[in-house]
Amino acid sequence: MRKVNEAIYLQESASQTAGPYVHIGLAPKQAGFDIFEKNFSNVLVGPNTEGERIRIEGRVIDASGTPVRDVLLEIWQANAAGKYNHPADMQDKAVDPSFRGWGRACSDFKTGVWAFDTIKPGVVEGRGGRPMAPHVNLWIVARGINIGLNTRMYFSDEAEANAADPVLNLIEWEVRRQTLIGQRDSALRDGVAVYRFDIQLQGPQETVFFDI
Amino acid sequence: MAVEDRTFGEFNARDRTRHPPAFAPTYKTSVLRSPRNALISLQNSLSEITAPVFSSDELGELDHDLILNYSKGGLPIGERIIVHGHVLDEFGRGVPNALVEVWQANAGGRYRHRNDHYIAPVDPNFGGCGRALTDRDGHYVYRTIKPGPYPWRNSVNDWRPAHIHYSISGTGWVQRLITQMYFEADPLIAQCPIVKTIPTEAAIRQLIAALDRNAGVPLDCLAYRFDIVLRGARATWFENRMQGQPSMQRE
Repeated sequence: MRKVNEAIYLQESASQTAGPYVHIGLAPKQAGFDIFEKNFSNVLVGPNTEGERIRIEGRVIDASGTPVRDVLLEIWQANAAGKYNHPADMQDKAVDPSFRGWGRACSDFKTGVWAFDTIKPGVVEGRGGRPMAPHVNLWIVARGINIGLNTRMYFSDEAEANAADPVLNLIEWEVRRQTLIGQRDSALRDGVAVYRFDIQLQGPQETVFFDI
Repeated sequence: MAVEDRTFGEFNARDRTRHPPAFAPTYKTSVLRSPRNALISLQNSLSEITAPVFSSDELGELDHDLILNYSKGGLPIGERIIVHGHVLDEFGRGVPNALVEVWQANAGGRYRHRNDHYIAPVDPNFGGCGRALTDRDGHYVYRTIKPGPYPWRNSVNDWRPAHIHYSISGTGWVQRLITQMYFEADPLIAQCPIVKTIPTEAAIRQLIAALDRNAGVPLDCLAYRFDIVLRGARATWFENRMQGQPSMQRE
């Protein structure tokens, strides 16, 4: 029975692991069959998307050093101007109608490598008006991961912006900030800049994960 | 309520005491896949309060009918069921336009997946996945076959209770959630090492769908009700000025 002045809230449903067969639901082609007419994908760009084309490529590595070969990742990012394609983003910047900013990728079952084809995001206004360096938000689920892991990837060629980023600066250990920097390859591949971003789930090089 | 009409604010902090810890050694796979450092706590920024918006034209007409969406001329074997529910936030408000994706084993406990080699056969008329967007009040519904329990390699004789996997994308990135739905009165629930990663009985009960006799179709199928609660979006006046406002807090 509710008492006067007592606040009653529902409780968030508990997370459960995505399990080994997450691909059936979220990427059925990877599971080995064709069912939906339209499928979500790891390609965020279309021919009209504005911005520098990039590829983000990496692996998720477990505590033994083995790539996690059944992992699923999603990314969420701003467009080239630093605007999220969402009504809560009230910044005075234009949405790019050719860019939702969201993608989903699975690792290769043999190599553990995953990739996204996207564009480099712009600077987004952070809390208190402080600019956040260009970054991509990642969410990682797999068998053995009991609750989705949240992290961010920043860009190695944005050293100055990274040094001033309010989120990176929250991480007390400077050495750990390095785990969030995607490293740009020196050469383009098919005209596209490649950033490498390996995610370490555990161990001395453990990636920084956020409670968001 | 359309997405555009919502007032957007920050989300309630996640109460991690109701979620499984990353490291849960009775679920053996979690041992090498669990971070050991403390998570770094972030207050919400635009990166956390926004999320992809999905539209109904991205889904097919049969995407929410697992009985028909992989039919190769026949019907899948098993108990026909309707599953429906309400996607709510912690304030009890329906979450409109949430993307609900589900996947499951067939009636024999076999997944249509290249990595599943269980002895039970694949059902030629059953794919095992579906998806739906919640309506303006936050309701979703789909039709399927009740999945079977199946054995898995953890302890030598562990069995998963019948379950349907859920992935939910709400209005904010922080609401992203993957969970599993169990069925009322299944004795395997209490014995499942994955269920037991959840620290509280109340949180486990919240993942057990209830038989809903009034939502079924007489002489056709039973129904289960499964409500899902996502993080609550606060919309109080002092939260709406998150952008461009001098920070009151130490960062």
